[in-house]
Amino acid sequence: MSILINKDTRLITQGITGKTGQFHTHMGKEYANGAHCYVAGVTPKKGGQNFEGIPIFETVKEAKAATGATVSVIYVPPPYAAAAIDEAVEADLDLVICITEGIPVRDMVRTKYRMQGRKTRLIGPNCPGIITPDQLKIGIMPGHIHRKGPIGVVSRSGTLTYEAVGQLTALGLGQSTCVGTGGDPVNGLKHIDVMKLFNDDPATEGVVMVGEIGGSDEEECARWVKANMKKPVVGFIAGVTAPPGKRMGHAGAIISGGKGTAAEKLAVMEECGIRTTRNPAEMGKLMKAALG
Amino acid sequence: MPALGDANMKIHEYQAKELLRRFGVPTPRGIACFSIDEAVEAAGKLGGPVWVVKAQIHAGGRGKGGGVKLARSIEEVRDHASAILGMQLKTHQTGPQGQKVRRLLVEEGANIRKELYVGMVVDRGSQRVVLMASSEGGMDIEEVAAKTPEKIHKVAIDPKSGFADRDAESIANDIGVPESAIGDARDLLKGLYRAFDETDASLAEINPLIVTGDDKVVALDAKMNFDDNALFRHPDIVAMRDLDEEDPAEIEASKHDLNYIQLDGNIGCLVNGAGLAMATMDIIKLYGGNPANFLDVGGGASAEKVTEAFKIMLRNPSLRAILINIFGGIMKCDVIAEGVVTAARQVSLKVPLVVRLEGTNVDLGKKILADSGLPIISAANMADAAEKVVGAAA
Repeated sequence: MSILINKDTRLITQGITGKTGQFHTHMGKEYANGAHCYVAGVTPKKGGQNFEGIPIFETVKEAKAATGATVSVIYVPPPYAAAAIDEAVEADLDLVICITEGIPVRDMVRTKYRMQGRKTRLIGPNCPGIITPDQLKIGIMPGHIHRKGPIGVVSRSGTLTYEAVGQLTALGLGQSTCVGTGGDPVNGLKHIDVMKLFNDDPATEGVVMVGEIGGSDEEECARWVKANMKKPVVGFIAGVTAPPGKRMGHAGAIISGGKGTAAEKLAVMEECGIRTTRNPAEMGKLMKAALG
Repeated sequence: MPALGDANMKIHEYQAKELLRRFGVPTPRGIACFSIDEAVEAAGKLGGPVWVVKAQIHAGGRGKGGGVKLARSIEEVRDHASAILGMQLKTHQTGPQGQKVRRLLVEEGANIRKELYVGMVVDRGSQRVVLMASSEGGMDIEEVAAKTPEKIHKVAIDPKSGFADRDAESIANDIGVPESAIGDARDLLKGLYRAFDETDASLAEINPLIVTGDDKVVALDAKMNFDDNALFRHPDIVAMRDLDEEDPAEIEASKHDLNYIQLDGNIGCLVNGAGLAMATMDIIKLYGGNPANFLDVGGGASAEKVTEAFKIMLRNPSLRAILINIFGGIMKCDVIAEGVVTAARQVSLKVPLVVRLEGTNVDLGKKILADSGLPIISAANMADAAEKVVGAAA
């Protein structure tokens, strides 16, 4: 088992003819069951063509109708990426993963509004994607660092997630599914949403939660964990040394008005029974210790 | 309360007021000036009897720092303009070195009966634009929020139908706008929202919003920041950018699509990815060192980008050692290693360099570093890297 995606997922790449879309669709196809999962591409005005044998359609609706795909991944450039999400939502896909970095916040506010009451779940934007090791890789993460196993990973960042995964794998702890929720302030699934799914997934025995400064996603998740979680959770928050008022790379990673500090997040997490470390080199060790 | 964004492109007060006026927000009459003579001329044009001479820098807290002065004669306007223009204005937002004043705003004086606060941001909780308003104008709103949260009123704005009349009127009433000015306040707030929305702002703040002696509502101060990701569709706003107000190293970094923020330590860090870059700063601190900067070269940086990043980092005279921490995914370790070797040779590196590589093609990358003949200290993992770089900087 796993969450959100598995070897039977049928997937569309939106923006499949761009350089990034091509590269990562190719890498995804090469990974585990990818060749069976990547079934369609969408690029307007390029319908009827194909990429490495994957048929390209004009619209998500057509791609879904022709292939039965229920998930899409988006590599469309920032000015058009929110509209690409809208299209996937209108086609009633189950899940959309938006990798694109740099989408205007106003576009995302409107897209989130349009998503109200719809069935589609969104991961991202500005995220590495999602991987269920040995089954399917959707996104830009390096597949080879992952191993199949019982640990769920949820994080707002990209390479720091790889760091956590690398440590787990080195300690012999494989992963059930790893989800990067993205570095933008207005986005889809939050830590809490992914945590709920891990709680219900029989294949997940523990969760590593990686957070960063800004917002209150980690605190909300921690409070839910305290009340509901049946599995051990460990955490790390990046940005203990980040100065207030400065955006640390991610649009969402900023301490403002004294809110969203790492210290505050760590305190709430600990209060809620999540074991935390201040040492990013010890995320794996901490998970191992928590499993007992 | 939603956090006040302070992360995107900023403009001056006089520019924000120009923008707001286009959306029907009343402001005092004023003229932007770049010299003392221009300030005197502006005062003449505006007419008396009272003027305000205001320093234009991007930081807040200008009044307390002596950058805002009232003048009761043209002579006083001249005196204040000569005192403020060129001064190194220090406020709680500029840091101890202050910011040089190069522009002034000369405005007509206002008859202030009440000072209120209104501000707009994108709220992460509701994922909408939120208006915050308070009867406590003129003060630091974050302080008001901390001490008397009940005095902050908020309304989330529907992205489809916009700012509803009744919501605008009700919040105006909540913050103590007098009955006769409610209609004007409603129009002002709706104008503020249209300005925020149509310019892709990340912050719009009027502090104070005043009620005058004759019950008019006027934006006495204004601050606007904009979403960097949306600047491609606002060339008119990009034209307002004032590079004098920005850190030269940060400007240089942004030209190369690098994310650089200077800090006050002595260990330079070059990392791929924002989260890992923050975690690298944290681990340096944890091992007893002090990071000199945040530097994210992005997920897919090239050898050239690494070279540029190196040069920017090395401008910092406090630098005692450098840590490169790369977790290669898309970015291959051998490519990074080539970039590091090239850069280290080009800049004839004088401080110790610790490199930690992990991920795709890691063995090849390590071999390139080892074969380069450069005195590079290789680290096995993040903890090892932190320990070594802190030792090297000591």
